[in-house]
Amino acid sequence: MFIPCDRGGDSAAPDFKGFTLLMPAVSVGNVGQLAIDLVISTLDMTKVGYFYTDCLVPMVGNNPYATAEENSTELSINAEVYSLPSKKLVVLQIRSPFIKNKYRPFCETLLSWVKSSKCARVVLLSSSHAYQRDDEQLLGTPLRYLLTPDLQEAVGGRMKELNWKEMEKVAAYPGISDTDKVLHIPGGGITKLLFTESCSEGIQMAVLLKFCSEGDNIPDAFVLVNYLNEWLQLIKSEVSTIHNSMDPSSPWKIPSSWRLLFGNGLPPALF
Amino acid sequence: MATFFGEVVVAPSRAGLDEEEEAREETPEDREIRRELEKKRYRKIDVQWTWQAGGSAQEPLVCSRFIVAIGRNAAAFLSSFILDSVCWEVVGVVKLWNEWCRTSSTTNVLPTDSFCLFYRLISDPTVLLCQCSCYVAEDQQFQWLEKVFGCMQKKGLQVTILSTCPVADYKTQESTLTLVSPFLRALKTKEFQEQVCCPLLEQPNIVRDLPAA
Repeated sequence: MFIPCDRGGDSAAPDFKGFTLLMPAVSVGNVGQLAIDLVISTLDMTKVGYFYTDCLVPMVGNNPYATAEENSTELSINAEVYSLPSKKLVVLQIRSPFIKNKYRPFCETLLSWVKSSKCARVVLLSSSHAYQRDDEQLLGTPLRYLLTPDLQEAVGGRMKELNWKEMEKVAAYPGISDTDKVLHIPGGGITKLLFTESCSEGIQMAVLLKFCSEGDNIPDAFVLVNYLNEWLQLIKSEVSTIHNSMDPSSPWKIPSSWRLLFGNGLPPALF
Repeated sequence: MATFFGEVVVAPSRAGLDEEEEAREETPEDREIRRELEKKRYRKIDVQWTWQAGGSAQEPLVCSRFIVAIGRNAAAFLSSFILDSVCWEVVGVVKLWNEWCRTSSTTNVLPTDSFCLFYRLISDPTVLLCQCSCYVAEDQQFQWLEKVFGCMQKKGLQVTILSTCPVADYKTQESTLTLVSPFLRALKTKEFQEQVCCPLLEQPNIVRDLPAA
């Protein structure tokens, strides 16, 4: 599945032992993917390979993180892997939707790659439909986290210190009070599947998600990436609040590919 | 969703996976229909070569240049300007089926047919051309790719892909109404060292489907 980039002289495959794998779920508003774009762009991460998979719709374009003419012509495809060894961070970016009936095969292949490359833990950035919140969830923070039992011991305490809220379970049959509670992440894409598989396979996984709706999801991406930063401290930020969105002095760098998200310029003949 | 100017743009569902989809109740008839459809789609991508050409996993086709035209416009370009029965011969065909099209079973095709044919230059049999005017569904693209390229020797192979996209899909600072069209753009791998005849595709534009695969 993972194909390392040919880096010329250095022919050894990259070593991710002990690294944290950061990845998005293709979910409502694409918030996870936008947040990952911010991480890759700000930390100026190097591409180290890609996933050769039949589970995602094919796409290709030129370098989405280009900053100048010289670095704008590297091809980029739908599932690529970037790394920053100094922070023991490896990032997977997914750029297209899943093909029907391919969610499960992708999750299985991904988790077996996580195990074979000996990543220490996986952090999944995701989102969930805001309109599906219950009365209590409508109040307070729209951010939630989940930890697999294997990661609970290591970082559960830190989450409590940060005063984070764990994703609530909901009744399997709403309206009937004495039913089992289940995990329900509407609009979360493969989030629930990956999480439940990781629980049963003993993989250390954390899910960070935000309740949101489709629309201009750039502010949601900033909120989610700042939430991630509260824990992982990827960049220094003096004021790390959830209200820091599109502040021009924000430390996150918007990639050049975010231009024209809402259409082209207007025809002058219109006026 | 409405853009800033107010026109309504259809935004396809981005999440992709609906949890309800997995737990959907299917009648036995629905399940049977779905199974038959899947069998028809996956079993029926078939690459057939004429006996002279060879081309199989055991005996890969020797190929130096492979030109692929995807879509009706690109296929028509090849028919109008490149192909003729004197210099090119048909050496293969891809047969596939999906809900949008079924490829024609003959090699003597009309421009309005859906087809996917391979031609070889008679004077240089290592130059191969593919005209693919049929629609290859997203869950068939990978299989198409593996079956076609699986028959070819990849060392020293140069691949050129021709396709078209609507001007309205092109993202640019100005309005597309003022753009002079048609115009060319290219994407190339870093191994391609020759001069490209037109500018490279600017971000944030992308290419999808079979040309991307």
